[in-house]
Amino acid sequence: MSLSENLFYFLSFLGIFSALMVVFAKNPIHSVLYLILVFFALTGHYILLNAQFLAIVNIIVYAGAIMVLFLFVIMFLNLKKEGNTSANKSIFMKIAGVVSGGLFLLVIIASLKSLEPYQVKSDIKMDIGLVENLGKVLYNDFLLPFELVSILFLAAMVGAIMLGKRETGERNF
Amino acid sequence: MVEIITKIPLEYYIILASVLFCIGVIGVLIRKNALIIFMCIELMLNAVNILFIAFSAYRGDASGQVFVFFIMAVAAAEVAVGLAIIVMIYRNTRSVDVGELNKIRY
Repeated sequence: MSLSENLFYFLSFLGIFSALMVVFAKNPIHSVLYLILVFFALTGHYILLNAQFLAIVNIIVYAGAIMVLFLFVIMFLNLKKEGNTSANKSIFMKIAGVVSGGLFLLVIIASLKSLEPYQVKSDIKMDIGLVENLGKVLYNDFLLPFELVSILFLAAMVGAIMLGKRETGERNF
Repeated sequence: MVEIITKIPLEYYIILASVLFCIGVIGVLIRKNALIIFMCIELMLNAVNILFIAFSAYRGDASGQVFVFFIMAVAAAEVAVGLAIIVMIYRNTRSVDVGELNKIRY
């Protein structure tokens, strides 16, 4: 077994274990920290697949920006642990959720059986994930979606400020 | 790190992405904390991302990686608006438990 195979299995198990801990951790802060671990494992996968640009963007955008936003909101809201709330989901609801999710996984895996194994072409390009190549594709073929994303960000920014704004007479935190 | 494409079959990546996606689905179904439901949505988006990148690397087509870039942008916008909504919910109901939002029915 070569190094890259070992790395693949290690990162996969790390990612799946951390994803399970995100769901089953009692404390929301632990969930956020495990989610950061998932993102780092996925970044390792991106580097293994030679997508360096997206690996760096994943670290900066997800682990850097989005997760800090989550941590900020959790500490801002001063949450109690979930077990203390009166309206806890019953054990039957949880079992039903796990069973339906597992059946969904079963359907997806079962549909893979009818696939023929994919043969990788020998003359495949290896440098597609580098910044130079990706920038050319982004600004030649995807220029209009790229500009639309900027408008989306503007709308999201305005929407977040409008939602978060305190109206007159409303109580503070 | 180039030889990963020849050593690991593409199906392994599909299975990994499916498992991560299903863990996200289970989390949305069984948790009541709105913040954790949000994190599980992020988990599902990332499962799709790794599928996109694996297909794009195995086929030598850069469009898949550009799509991942757009998914990340949309996810960032979604989180900003969603967390603003959660903060508003907390201000009005003093909790982020989605089970206590049943007054929206009436």
